[in-house]
Amino acid sequence: MGSNADSKEIINAEVEAGDFSSGGEISSKLKDLLRKLGTSSKLIRKIAIITYELEMNIIIHSEGGSLAAEVNPGRIDIIARDEGPGIEDVDKAFKPGYSTASESVREMGFGAGMGLCNIKNYADNLEVESELGVGTTIRASIDLK
Amino acid sequence: MKLTKIHNLLETEIIYQSQSELNIVSACGADLMSDVLAFSREKTLLLTGLTNPQVVRTAEMIDLELIIFVRGKQPPKETIALAEEQDITLLTTEKPLYEACGILYSAGLKPEKLDTIE
Repeated sequence: MGSNADSKEIINAEVEAGDFSSGGEISSKLKDLLRKLGTSSKLIRKIAIITYELEMNIIIHSEGGSLAAEVNPGRIDIIARDEGPGIEDVDKAFKPGYSTASESVREMGFGAGMGLCNIKNYADNLEVESELGVGTTIRASIDLK
Repeated sequence: MKLTKIHNLLETEIIYQSQSELNIVSACGADLMSDVLAFSREKTLLLTGLTNPQVVRTAEMIDLELIIFVRGKQPPKETIALAEEQDITLLTTEKPLYEACGILYSAGLKPEKLDTIE
């Protein structure tokens, strides 16, 4: 999907596992970029919420990964990839309030089991591929209208 | 609601004040960042007991203009630095979350609506 000529990657950055102090920096950069591209503030907020939740998910739950944004005709795709451990039960992970986050993560205000729900709420299309021991790829698409 | 009124109602201490004049139209109180991200209107303030830099990051994502720390909590310098960078006003009040929310609500500040990005 990402390799055709109409698709333009505007950001692609590594996300380090457990790196809370940098958490949100990529989302922040993307937000600035979209503002410069003249994207409406409502659309930017939607995209920022999705990107930030995905970025924090990689930091909290994964062994490291990356976050990318692609501009495609009529839509923007946010792609989060990580190198494991994979989601054991994807359906459960989408249940509001379901969380596998540690106590220390919760004390910071994260891991309340609402992240994927928020993403689903704001994305126009969402694809989740996850394999235990391999990793997770999430592609969230937002229509540009 | 102007900053001066909020400041007087909650007897706040100003930690960082934004360059732009605030006119807040709604408020939310939360300690869970995903709950904050479920709110989506502009010109909103957040009352919270959390003080880590991610609170400011979260505010930045949804263009939230004002954060009030409750129960007299003082944020670490990393949080203040990020607020300065993002130009988001930080206040602290001695009042607990429930009371602070109640005071602003009684003074006419409406609750934030959920999921309203149309």
